[in-house]
Amino acid sequence: MSDVLKRRFTEQIKIMFGWEPKKPEKITERAQQVHVLKRMTNKQDLIAVKAHLRAHEVKSTKWRNRRWFTLIIANLLFTFSFFLDIQILEGALTASRFVGFHLIDLNSALQVMLAHKHIINNLVIGTGTVLLLWALLGGRTFCSWVCPYHLVAEWAEKIHLYLAKKKLVTDQTMDRRLRTVFWIIFALLALATGYTVFEAISPTGILSRALIYGPGLALLWVLALLFFEVFFSRRAWCRYACPIGLTYGVVGIISPVRIKYKLEGCFHEGDCRKVCLVPHVLDTVIKGRAVDTEVPIGPDCTRCGLCVDACPTGSLSFEVKGLQKLL
Amino acid sequence: MSENENDRKPVAGPTPPLSKAKKQTNRRRFLRTTLLTGGVLGAALSGFLPIIYSQKKRLRPPGALDEKDFLGSCIKCGQCVQVCPVQAIKLADLIDGMGVGTPYIDPRNQACDFSCDAVQCILACPTGSLVYHKPDFLPVRVGAALQAKPTLLAKEKDAEPTLNMNERIGVARLSRPEACLAIQGKGFKGQARGAEFKGKLRYMDVDRWKPIKVSEHPYDIPECDLCVRACPIKGAISIETVFAPDGSQRKSPVVHEPCVGCGVCEMICPVEPTAITIEAGEVWKI
Repeated sequence: MSDVLKRRFTEQIKIMFGWEPKKPEKITERAQQVHVLKRMTNKQDLIAVKAHLRAHEVKSTKWRNRRWFTLIIANLLFTFSFFLDIQILEGALTASRFVGFHLIDLNSALQVMLAHKHIINNLVIGTGTVLLLWALLGGRTFCSWVCPYHLVAEWAEKIHLYLAKKKLVTDQTMDRRLRTVFWIIFALLALATGYTVFEAISPTGILSRALIYGPGLALLWVLALLFFEVFFSRRAWCRYACPIGLTYGVVGIISPVRIKYKLEGCFHEGDCRKVCLVPHVLDTVIKGRAVDTEVPIGPDCTRCGLCVDACPTGSLSFEVKGLQKLL
Repeated sequence: MSENENDRKPVAGPTPPLSKAKKQTNRRRFLRTTLLTGGVLGAALSGFLPIIYSQKKRLRPPGALDEKDFLGSCIKCGQCVQVCPVQAIKLADLIDGMGVGTPYIDPRNQACDFSCDAVQCILACPTGSLVYHKPDFLPVRVGAALQAKPTLLAKEKDAEPTLNMNERIGVARLSRPEACLAIQGKGFKGQARGAEFKGKLRYMDVDRWKPIKVSEHPYDIPECDLCVRACPIKGAISIETVFAPDGSQRKSPVVHEPCVGCGVCEMICPVEPTAITIEAGEVWKI
């Protein structure tokens, strides 16, 4: 890894904890050349090329479909394992057994460990398995590919965007450092009170249990969150509050599965940033920001693939680090 | 940097003072963030209700740690719910005031009759909220410990007739002796809890492996002893002759030390409301 990319790597971790992205101080020579060349391109030509591309654009939902399919199947597997007694994936998202192997959600495990201050073997095995799994698969991949709240929030987001287009609502942004603050508050509360407070309000846990064991009044809290997201602040829970997202984000820091940005063909139109849940990770696509000709997207990215679908030039793609070399 | 056609400010160099509008936007954003913080933390406070309500006793599944430790260690996955053959374990909802998603047993509707033979819920628990043996640093309350491992009548003839349980989850108590049919010297005929009752019980004489509905197993007995007949634990309850204060002799159910608090007696009791109840979390007092 070059010095420039190393610097970017640590920057991206800070951004995940809530810092705002800054203009890079150092850019590799190759990338600088591309930036300069792009500025020298005749404006009329550029507009013509963009218009041509727009005219022939095919709206893709490939990755979204794959993701929704995976998310629904994963959650249905829980439901059917209990409902039809097929015993493949028993339990709920907080803790389960996949054909007998313990799987335990990292954030729930952390809450229990802090609250109970006693760790039994099954907890270690389950947490270790899940840690390894998501470290390989991309950390916050959990959010967009498994978490049931992510899916309903995505639908609520569509309503929000529709209303915003009609100028009926505006997205009220918040300080992203709040998520880190929540993470610390809930960890300290668990440690101090000996009770897993966050689990009581975790929409992921509530929805997962509702899907498996039947609906309850706790769903009212989930509805309240969705209401807030539709009318006040776009994707507020996932963006500014959820400590589960931050936990998995940290796991994803070293993950080989990620989105890769290629500077060369990018027209810097920002379609990707418009669809993104965490647009701060796509800061690099802004004109003049890319520090290299190829830039991996940071750990706060949920690897949902909406940007890959949205990009008209194919400048964003999934990458498995190390695998490309092997193939 | 100046030839850069970027609309954002360069990082290097002194930061220009913020415009009035920008300052106001920032202030509003700060207020909104504070508001969301308050909202979420306010909701989180509701999570503490079970702690406040912890005085109110509730029956947890077999092997449950003492209430406070139980609330801290339960990961709310419901695996105990999934393995129970009679669906005795339910998950608490928001208004139950015992922790959203934590398991409990409502014995009057469906008691734990140990149809699983091996306390499967303890086996399923991934976090040690339900345990065969408490870890050393957790104290065992006096009277909560069972003097001996309880013998399960259903497998009395097996090589290993006991249940691997070391503590009781409660104790049965004759809460309304005046209503008890045995004390009144009455018999019982018919379905113990009526035709509509959905609760299940394992009847060894019907099927060793499959619990059936209580409503499918009507009784006809001259002197009511349903609580004794249904009890799955050896020596936990019996009908004894007792002397009333006026000196007269009566029959009465008497609970003994092996009682683990499973709640089958409460479920089967044919009078409304039940004459015998489980005191959740109660210890054995001599």
